[in-house]
Amino acid sequence: MEKILQVKDLELSFNTFGGEVKAIRGVNFDLYKGETLAIVGESGSGKSVTTKSIMRLLPESSAEFKNGEILFGGRDLTKLSDKEMQKIRGKDISMIFQDPMTSLNPTMPIGRQITEPLLKHQKISKSEARKVAIDLLRLVGMPKPELRMKQYPHQFSGGQRQRIVIAISLACNPQVLIADEPTTALDVTIQAQILELMKDLQKKIDTSIIFITHDLGVVANVADRVAVMYGGKIVEIGTVDEIFYNPQHPYTWGLLSSMPSLDTEDAKLYAIPGTPPDLLDPPKGDAFALRSEYAMKIDMEMDPPFFKISDTHMAATWLLHPDAPQVEPPLSVIERMKKFPGSRYYEGSAN
Amino acid sequence: MARYIGKRIIYMVITLALIATFTFFLMKILPGSPIASADKLSPEQRAVVEARYGLDDPLPVQYFNYMFGLVQGDLGISINQFKGADVTDVILSRMGPSAQIGFQGMLLGTVLGILLGMIAALRQNTWVDYSSTIVAIIGISIPSFVFASMLQYFLGLKLGWFPVALWKDGFMSSVLPSIALAMFPLATAARFIRTEMIEVLSSDYITLAKAKGASGSEIAFKHAFRNALIPLITVLGPMAVGILTGSLVVEQIFAIPGIGEQFVKSIMVSDFSIIMGTTIFFSVFLILVILIVDIMYGIIDPRIRLSGGKS
Ligand SMILES: Nc1ncnc2c1ncn2[C@@H]1O[C@H](COP(=O)(O)OP(=O)(O)OP(=O)(O)O)[C@@H](O)[C@H]1O
Ligand SMILES: [Mg+2]
Repeated sequence: MEKILQVKDLELSFNTFGGEVKAIRGVNFDLYKGETLAIVGESGSGKSVTTKSIMRLLPESSAEFKNGEILFGGRDLTKLSDKEMQKIRGKDISMIFQDPMTSLNPTMPIGRQITEPLLKHQKISKSEARKVAIDLLRLVGMPKPELRMKQYPHQFSGGQRQRIVIAISLACNPQVLIADEPTTALDVTIQAQILELMKDLQKKIDTSIIFITHDLGVVANVADRVAVMYGGKIVEIGTVDEIFYNPQHPYTWGLLSSMPSLDTEDAKLYAIPGTPPDLLDPPKGDAFALRSEYAMKIDMEMDPPFFKISDTHMAATWLLHPDAPQVEPPLSVIERMKKFPGSRYYEGSAN
Repeated sequence: MARYIGKRIIYMVITLALIATFTFFLMKILPGSPIASADKLSPEQRAVVEARYGLDDPLPVQYFNYMFGLVQGDLGISINQFKGADVTDVILSRMGPSAQIGFQGMLLGTVLGILLGMIAALRQNTWVDYSSTIVAIIGISIPSFVFASMLQYFLGLKLGWFPVALWKDGFMSSVLPSIALAMFPLATAARFIRTEMIEVLSSDYITLAKAKGASGSEIAFKHAFRNALIPLITVLGPMAVGILTGSLVVEQIFAIPGIGEQFVKSIMVSDFSIIMGTTIFFSVFLILVILIVDIMYGIIDPRIRLSGGKS
């Protein structure tokens, strides 16, 4: 498959009064054409910073690339000038944010907000741009789009506003769409509608999506692959099935155990103990070790490399080292693994 | 909108009635007599003069006479400052110079202030930003008579670019007083716009605009400026007050035949009817400014435009 975007050994820090915040500490992933890659992980793990660094939307005054590259269309985005970046933003890569209530300009009619990227990136007249904008609004399911072009954001509901933001982001048929928790601020039914819409549109224009979310249910619904982030790193990456049914990293185990599920009738929710690492002074070794009941001595001393589980599945934990002892994952995870052909707990087809 | 304005006008009338009443009784309590050299007159002569201006009537009668005149637009007759002249005529005849320097000062101050604030916000924490802060602090903390005297001395006396005082050279005479009046609105606007711009520039829709590929200047002017400008309207009222109080002093210093200068003199000679008339005139002016500000708010901010005014 064709790689659209490659993030290689990315390291990024914020220079703050308190010192250097090492927000991204070596992130690697590829994004393939037409796929949806979900990034999950707890608050502060660096999901937003990773994607904002792809768009170069971080404050230039404090954010600093320390290492690595972001390859897109044969170019390294970390090295582009502002002018060159402006030509890519909104055209080749675009973004949807979490809060539709604040992501539209309150004093600009939405029509102008949608035509802005069109007029900016494509050689078309204002009236043509207007037509495209109306089509886009129709595409995202806005009734009577002609009448609504002149209206202001406050005249729309949250769900409608997110549709408008989606229309803006898709205006120039981007190759990559980054959605940073696009449904978190919406209620459940609207959330489902927006997810359906995004899936539909993705098929239509064949864009690749990076989808950030806290909600593993949403991941199962939209994603092809999943990257699990912890403390500024990706700790496990694989297809949805691999992550959900054959997880290898203790942090992924924790995440999955804390996910409410319908088939385990178990009502009690698991919470991963402890707090995320201090990125001002990240711990030596595996950043998750202090919170993990599976931690070994080596975890305190050396950062684990990636171990390959399959062609598509990798995890960074010493547990996968040939010399490591066999450990039992939590019960709920074993239940999951029983359904995965190839895992050591596989019990044949579930039905 | 019409209903909203109607309601506002009723409130204005009530406010004015209260101000008129309050000023009226305040005048009566204060010591001093409008009758010049009152002590040199014999009691009989004094009574004659008082009777002429209705000053011998019982207080309630005086009050109702005054309010009755007011409703008909009659502000009474000047007692000593412009002996016998109609107060309304006095005020109207002096409005021109005051309005001119007030308007010029406000315009100059706001425009420069907005520019200064914008530049400061866009060049945050650079020397440009710091100098703009210093200008703002100076503008707010140094009283306008100090500016006025400095302008008079340097630009008027030393360099001779503008007339030192008096109202004889048309526009040229208005330059220095306008600059002196402009300092307060300039400083206020600069401080205000800087804060607003910095706040707006960190908002989500600015990030989205960047994510669309907008350039730095498009972000600043197409997206941020209007949103930062709207709240400035709220300080236009206080700025107008600043201009008004400033004009009392500035007109005095530059010997400009305006309302401010005449108001100060009328207080010194206790000309009740002029003091009352001018106070009411100033009140009407300020209340109108506030009303216009509110209406402008509605025009500029689409969120208020439809819901029919801020409550
Ligand atoms: N502008 C900044 N200056 C300093 N530190 C920052 C800045 N932006 C983010 N960080 C730090 O970088 C780390 C990663 O933040 P990020 O926003 O990527 O988390 P996240 O995974 O998106 O979390 P959430 O799920 O809450 O959105 C956090 O520790 C955060 O405090
Ligand atoms: Mg985030």
